[in-house]
Amino acid sequence: MQRIGVFVCHCGSNIAATVDVKKVVEVVSKEPGVCHAEDYPYMCSEAGQMKILEAVKEKNLSGVVVCSCSPRMHEATFRKAAERAGLNPYMVEIANIREHCSWIHKDMEEATEKAVILARAAIAKVNLNTPLKAGESRVTKRALVIGGGIAGIQTALDIADAGYEVDIVEKTPSIGGRMSQLDKTFPTLDCSACILTPKMVEAAAHEKINIYTYSEVDKVTGFVGDFTVDIRKKARSVNSDKCTGCGVCQEKCPSKKSLNEFNRGLNTRSAIYTPFAQAIPNVPVIDRDACIKFKTGKCGVCEKVCQAGAIDYNQQDEIITEKYGAIVVATGFDTIKLDNYDEYAYNQSKDVITSLELERIMNAAGPTKGHLERLSDGKAPKEMVFIQCVGSRCSDTRGKSYCSKICCMYTAKHAMLIRDKYPDVNVTVFYIDVRTPGKNFDEFYRRAVEEYGVNYVKGQVGKVAPLPNGKLLVQGSDLLDNKQILKEADMVVLATAIEPEASVRKIATMLTASIDTNNFLTEAHPKLRPVESPTAGVFLSGVCQGPKDIPETVAQAGAAAVKAIGLLAKDKLTTNPCTAKPDELLCNGCSQCANVCPYGAITYENKEVNDHGIRETRRVAQVNSALCQGCGACTVTCPSGAMDLQGFSNRQIIAEVDAICR
Amino acid sequence: MQELVNRAKELLANGTVQRVLGWKAGDMAYNPEPSYFETEADLSDFVYDAFCGANLSKYMIEASKKEGKTLVFLKPCDSYSFNQLLKEHRVDREKAYIIGVGCKGKLDIETIRKQGVKGIEEISGASMDDACDTLKIKTIYGDKEVSYQSAMLERCHVCKGKDHVVYDEVIGESRDTVDGERFSEVQRIESMTPEEKFLFFQKELSKCIRCNACRNVCPACSCRKCVFDSNKFDSAQKANVDSFEEKMFHIIRAFHVAGRCTDCGECSRVCPQGIPLHLFNRKFIKDINEFYGDYTAGEDIDAEAPLTHFEFTDREPNEERG
Amino acid sequence: MPLNENEFRPKIVAFCCNWCSYAGADLAGSSRLSYPADVKIIKVPCSCRVNPMFILRAFEKGADGVILCGCHPGDCHYSTGNYYARRRMTLLFSMLDYLGIEKGRTRVEWVSAAEGVKFSQTMNEFVEKIRSLGENVRLGDLRCKN
Repeated sequence: MQRIGVFVCHCGSNIAATVDVKKVVEVVSKEPGVCHAEDYPYMCSEAGQMKILEAVKEKNLSGVVVCSCSPRMHEATFRKAAERAGLNPYMVEIANIREHCSWIHKDMEEATEKAVILARAAIAKVNLNTPLKAGESRVTKRALVIGGGIAGIQTALDIADAGYEVDIVEKTPSIGGRMSQLDKTFPTLDCSACILTPKMVEAAAHEKINIYTYSEVDKVTGFVGDFTVDIRKKARSVNSDKCTGCGVCQEKCPSKKSLNEFNRGLNTRSAIYTPFAQAIPNVPVIDRDACIKFKTGKCGVCEKVCQAGAIDYNQQDEIITEKYGAIVVATGFDTIKLDNYDEYAYNQSKDVITSLELERIMNAAGPTKGHLERLSDGKAPKEMVFIQCVGSRCSDTRGKSYCSKICCMYTAKHAMLIRDKYPDVNVTVFYIDVRTPGKNFDEFYRRAVEEYGVNYVKGQVGKVAPLPNGKLLVQGSDLLDNKQILKEADMVVLATAIEPEASVRKIATMLTASIDTNNFLTEAHPKLRPVESPTAGVFLSGVCQGPKDIPETVAQAGAAAVKAIGLLAKDKLTTNPCTAKPDELLCNGCSQCANVCPYGAITYENKEVNDHGIRETRRVAQVNSALCQGCGACTVTCPSGAMDLQGFSNRQIIAEVDAICR
Repeated sequence: MQELVNRAKELLANGTVQRVLGWKAGDMAYNPEPSYFETEADLSDFVYDAFCGANLSKYMIEASKKEGKTLVFLKPCDSYSFNQLLKEHRVDREKAYIIGVGCKGKLDIETIRKQGVKGIEEISGASMDDACDTLKIKTIYGDKEVSYQSAMLERCHVCKGKDHVVYDEVIGESRDTVDGERFSEVQRIESMTPEEKFLFFQKELSKCIRCNACRNVCPACSCRKCVFDSNKFDSAQKANVDSFEEKMFHIIRAFHVAGRCTDCGECSRVCPQGIPLHLFNRKFIKDINEFYGDYTAGEDIDAEAPLTHFEFTDREPNEERG
Repeated sequence: MPLNENEFRPKIVAFCCNWCSYAGADLAGSSRLSYPADVKIIKVPCSCRVNPMFILRAFEKGADGVILCGCHPGDCHYSTGNYYARRRMTLLFSMLDYLGIEKGRTRVEWVSAAEGVKFSQTMNEFVEKIRSLGENVRLGDLRCKN
């Protein structure tokens, strides 16, 4: 039994006007365990806190109940006061007799009776409280950024500028990501490469940033502040230290039939390649599946022409193990596969393309050197149709339920650029809604319509059919005029839905970061913690969290960096002591608790236990208190009650229930 | 049955298994009981017939701690229980050699008695080899006949199938015994008025003598220490002044096995008071199937269990249910 | 409201999650949105901390109604807690119906930290409902000891 002191606050007249505080003191002083009870006008005042200090010392109290305002107001105050008196701060409980009592009731007798019951519940709980101690864990002052697109680059730059080491892991041979594939950016129409490449160079040159391209995260262990990560540096077959980036190898490579991923497969590349001219690092990789040397053992042309002697056919994958305090996921997106959208004839006609493919066609370094032309016959188009929401806002399982958010704007951009450069080309856009919430976005869209004469049609396209004359018959509807539209087009551009990069699923699993049904990473709180994963120490940057455009991505990348910096700036982390705690002797080892833990805080260990003299090795749950946030989901899945929550134990809650219902 | 004994002897002799977990003849023809057999000689007591309703899977929790492998005979429905225990890491697959045994429906002596057959001395027609449509029963009052189908355990009338979900080998034929609707009794209760429901359950639960037979036999109720025996919830006061356990035991027990119960029906089979305890579990199974999609505990050890999983679109608890 | 000797005063336990509903109750308080004193709140970190045993315990100890409040689905401080709570309570409530316990003695309501009005309204409605149902006899009476 504890020695409990009860302190009833008047809160001026806030409580005392409705609750007979003297009566409360009188009644609760008879409760079991209570050896001190008093009331005071303002418990939260310095003088009020001194009352607690004195009573703890004089009466040797082991627990404190303060009947006052909401614990959300002053729980921390009273816990600190108790701590000053030498008491464990978690031996304090608050009975909320203001917000939950005096402020909502008018009848004094009724409110007093309720205040007594609330106090009794708190007393019953404190009787079962145990001293809790916040743990400490160390912080490795280094961050890992997974993904080297604009999101990852920006996050890395911001963290590095704050003075912390950052590693970027990028799975392709160069950093740059999707943004490097774009031609122009909305709503300013500046050239994507012109604004991206300086950032890429800055990241590469930054003394605090270390970039692993052509590399993937293999394994993650540990927890916030103390992650250990295995990074697989895939064999490049080219020695980065020796290569000068002259490009002769690529020129001479006899195997030139591989689809060029950077140009979305619209043309081909050599087996030894750098994805694009401004690639960082400017060191090629050998695509071993396409390389003649690797397939047949004969060839070796690149090795012969390399003046620097950088070609290394025997290079092996290398595993680098590094420790990190924070991990930022910036894995980005891809466009969805259109195999299920036969009605748009994407797989039947080369002249039906995605918007990202159009970006490459419009780009001077693209497959057509920047000339707008049909991929089937190289002819300049005269009639172009854009179809919006292909796979976005889709009610069936072929596409995505969400809005991809960027398509309305880039379609307006494409339409405007085409009308500007090729005024003789007619552009028609079929849309469900045009969504332009963003700075200067609506103005931009209106310019497309008003100044550039882009023909916007509200309605969906039912079918695109290749015609014998090489054109495409587009069958759509105009909902505003309520009529069917048949249009012969030379090219059709599909604003294809975006989805998280496929690799994110594996990464999320490794990080125990939760992921939604669309594979977007889940935020710790959708409103209040939008750049943090529920898994402590894991942060979210860019489209991996949800569709967004470049400025939003950069903003979020900075926000993620700040959160990571906030973590790295700490030497030690104090951990919430109200964490789950298993009783090893009662644990069945069934794993149900681990299945519901949103933080991956529960693992299982085969451990020798001594159960009343019986020594045996059992599979028992272990809670990593640095990861556990104390929700208690595990405690309810545990049928034997082995898993309990400190500070909110089964017995404590039942004691409160009993006190209220007695 | 001889085939099972021969195979068991073979596996003991060649060292594959160290012991056999099966059923041995009881003091009456109709009450064989679970038993270990350590030697070939022990196996002379082995029996497998239509009265071997006992589900041996739970015994494998302890057997998994023993040296070497244990040969265990599992009926099709028992294999679901074993699989569920496997999912929960309670049994060690490596420590079990599983012979799936055929099942032609298990018999319930109480059901036979209810048909007015008393003073039973001998029953023929219940062996595995000749399980036939009619049971010939020798009683002190003369010979009686009872149809096999009518003497089956409730669970066999609504059997979930005769496939073994986990086994090393299968011996013996099974036959389809389904002639009832699994959820018809649950539905009948659901359609009652609240008053009728309450009276029904009050009548049944008032018979309970808290003997714990249901808990002890249940393969899902396999906690090292039951919450009702530990101090973790202040729920174990055995004094008469506290009636929480008295009143809530069966509801909490059913909740604890919800999503894990394979509907093996052992609880009802062993209840000395004849309380249809499976009606609690089956209500949860029916709800889970209706609310969250069909789920059979123990069928697939990789499946997401209904109570440790969720969908964003799950129904709300206050929704009208019925 | 003055106390009336003959009036039925139900005992009602409200489990509120720390992050949304408890804060919603605080807001109801600071907005002076009254609801009957019959409601007593127990703070839990998350709706998923509420074990069905707590609810049954409350009934067995004499509660006439139990309500569980948590963050709206999708807004859980711990991301997923209320989704587990939702399944658990759905099954528990369905079982209580099945046992003939009056519908309405148990309820789940999602109340955000900003919904002081909803908190107060919910409690008023719930108390009204429990008053109409009267004293909880059945859960305490499920086993006649005769």
